[in-house]
Amino acid sequence: MINYILRRLAYGVLVLIGVNLFTFLLFFTVNTPDDMARMNIGGKRVSQDAIEKWKVEHGYDIPLFWNSASPGVEKFTKTIFFERSVQLFALDFGASDSGRDIGYELRQRVGPSLALALPTFVLGILVVITYSLLLVFFRNTYLEFWGFALAVFLMSISALFYILLGQFFFSRLLKLVPISGFSGGWGMFVFLALPVIIGIVSRMGAEALFYRAMFLEEIGKDYVRTARAKGLSETVVLFRHVLPNALLPILTSTVAVLPLLFLGALIMESFFGIPGLGSYTIDAINGQDFAVVRSMVFVGSALYIVGLILTDISYTLADPRIRLG
Amino acid sequence: MPKPVFLATDFVLYLLLAAIALYVWHVRRTPTLRATWRTVARDPAAMAAAVVLAVFVFVAIVDSVHFRPLLPPPPGAAAGAPAAYAPQTLSLIDVLLAARRESREKTYSIPLGTHQYSKESMLVDGKMIRDFPRLRYGGAHLKDAETDWLGDIAWRSAVGIVGGAACAALLWFSLVALRAWFVRCPLSTSWRAIRDRTAEIPWYAMLATIAVLALIFGWVAALWPYYHVFGTDQTGNDVLYQAIKSIRTAIVIGSLATLATLPFAIVFGILAGYYKGRVDDAIQYLYTVLSSIPSVLLIAAFVLMIQVFVDKNPQVFETGLERADIRLFLLSVILGVTGWATLARLLRAETLKLTELEFVQAARAFGVSDLGIMRRHVLPNVMHVVLIVTVLDFSGLVLLEAVLSYVGVGVDPTTNSFGTMINSARTELSRDPPVWWNLLAAFLVMVTLVLSLQLFAGAVREAFDPRARAFRLHRARPAPRVTA
Repeated sequence: MINYILRRLAYGVLVLIGVNLFTFLLFFTVNTPDDMARMNIGGKRVSQDAIEKWKVEHGYDIPLFWNSASPGVEKFTKTIFFERSVQLFALDFGASDSGRDIGYELRQRVGPSLALALPTFVLGILVVITYSLLLVFFRNTYLEFWGFALAVFLMSISALFYILLGQFFFSRLLKLVPISGFSGGWGMFVFLALPVIIGIVSRMGAEALFYRAMFLEEIGKDYVRTARAKGLSETVVLFRHVLPNALLPILTSTVAVLPLLFLGALIMESFFGIPGLGSYTIDAINGQDFAVVRSMVFVGSALYIVGLILTDISYTLADPRIRLG
Repeated sequence: MPKPVFLATDFVLYLLLAAIALYVWHVRRTPTLRATWRTVARDPAAMAAAVVLAVFVFVAIVDSVHFRPLLPPPPGAAAGAPAAYAPQTLSLIDVLLAARRESREKTYSIPLGTHQYSKESMLVDGKMIRDFPRLRYGGAHLKDAETDWLGDIAWRSAVGIVGGAACAALLWFSLVALRAWFVRCPLSTSWRAIRDRTAEIPWYAMLATIAVLALIFGWVAALWPYYHVFGTDQTGNDVLYQAIKSIRTAIVIGSLATLATLPFAIVFGILAGYYKGRVDDAIQYLYTVLSSIPSVLLIAAFVLMIQVFVDKNPQVFETGLERADIRLFLLSVILGVTGWATLARLLRAETLKLTELEFVQAARAFGVSDLGIMRRHVLPNVMHVVLIVTVLDFSGLVLLEAVLSYVGVGVDPTTNSFGTMINSARTELSRDPPVWWNLLAAFLVMVTLVLSLQLFAGAVREAFDPRARAFRLHRARPAPRVTA
């Protein structure tokens, strides 16, 4: 087991190196630092002096891969590739293009992101499992038909509509919650209530149908037939036999998402003015701050890889038949 | 003679049409495929959705015939002077709806409104007053807007709905007659089969959809020439016109991104599953790297790079539309390049299974080359996976476009799309009084499109994936009517 985890970790690091190389190529060879400088200063007619100044200020004035002007090891370390890409592995994100420390920003913003993402995740699972279980319980009735139709309808609506309409009705017309903003402590609840509800509703349709399929797959199995043959009521069969067994694949499938919760919900955060990582990323994309986007790509893929490893481990914990070797 | 313009995305749509035609021809020749598609054709929801989708695709195609109109020769021009073309590229739908496109108001006005949404200083009888001015086009034919408005709307709506109903009746009759001619039975028998739902294909669902669509079209056609049916936006442009133009963007993104994923996914997926070992490791590594980057970030990174490129080389593109179009084209390609991992993974698994089967072993024993086996024996047998994933992903791409446009890495701001419409509606909803019709129009058209895509995709999956059939909805049906 330990052996397996170690190997997966090594593979994860390998993938991260790949991600890093890939983003580096994408960001620095398609466009030169000169182009970036020009974009950041703005305007087409930017003097070469201004560009050089910007590059010196932001540390882009050194060669990409090989610095032949420096002595010894610095030939390798004093390059954009080392300072901007290799350093990420030491969790040293450097400064953003607007000059602020990215690492500090990330630490500040993880809290609000989690405050939004965790309740959405946990409550969401509860709501969706209940919904899909009800669909299964009332199967072959009109209730299931309309529940199914509702789920398909819900998943045909863009998340943006949910956000805009939710803000319009609950914040503007009914004035139940503030439109956007964030505060620490207990005051947080007022700000988080609406984004959490919208986050759940916007995902509910697709996930309920997915879980329903899982439940139905489980219901076709032999042990369910045995339970029915024993004369157990449908409720008991569903809740005592099917639910725990179907829960395993459902939970293991959600483990992969867990680490990504740190990133928060990209759009939700920027709509509701929650100062988390999601809104940070979107601001960076809008402000064309390449340093931040690169760091977020790194953090995001690192978390994704952790999720993959966790999923593998959770399989073995959930199902003793699976052995990892 | 206007000068035809072929945009990159136009080619893609034509290509898509050609591909669909080719596939239909292929299905007609293959008995197994024909049987599978027949199960799709028996699904009422899917067929109703197909009717709606056909309308959407038709709009997208008409909107993809682009040209630059010929300008009238300047006075005193020499006889042999080269023809001058307008700097603006138009599509066929721009010409069809030219009156709607050009009837531009000053700013917001409500749906079917006759007055502007905001007050303005006006000179009336030599006195300066502030009031809501009349619109230049919306309801301009009314003499007294306050008293005549309701009657005019009611009268025109009635005409439109009656016209729509007449159209629906005509379409119904021709469909029933066509079916009668095909099945070779009398008209009345054909009609009864459709009405009692005993016909093989759920014609009643399609007829009902056609009727609803005809009524809506009739109503819009009667009112649109005189009013802005969905109001106007901030710069006074007709909102319904924008919503119709957005359809093409959505369909281009969906189809082009799908087309762009296919080569990567099919080649890599099959290679990995067929050769196993080193090749498999390398390909798996490649798609793990790609899929481990959060998709919005990956797309954003690509788009930012392209933005820099386009800004750096403005001379490549002749007109503004061409520049916007290349951005749409590249965006879809990026969506494809970043999105092939899921399909490749599924294809790899399917190929792994197939290569163990006897017919592949036999082909190998006969000395068929690797390439030959992959092309003749593996590829046709994984096509159902490709089909299922493509139709399922299409609607997701339409939804993704809206999100990307919000993030600022979507289509060009000058391109009409659901994303740009929703994006502008953000600030409009928080105005006082709120401007809601922009969002409503985008919502209605987009939900109709995505919902039909979902319903159609669901039926396709059920038909092609035997596992999904277990989850089919068993609808409690009303007892069949007993006819005397």
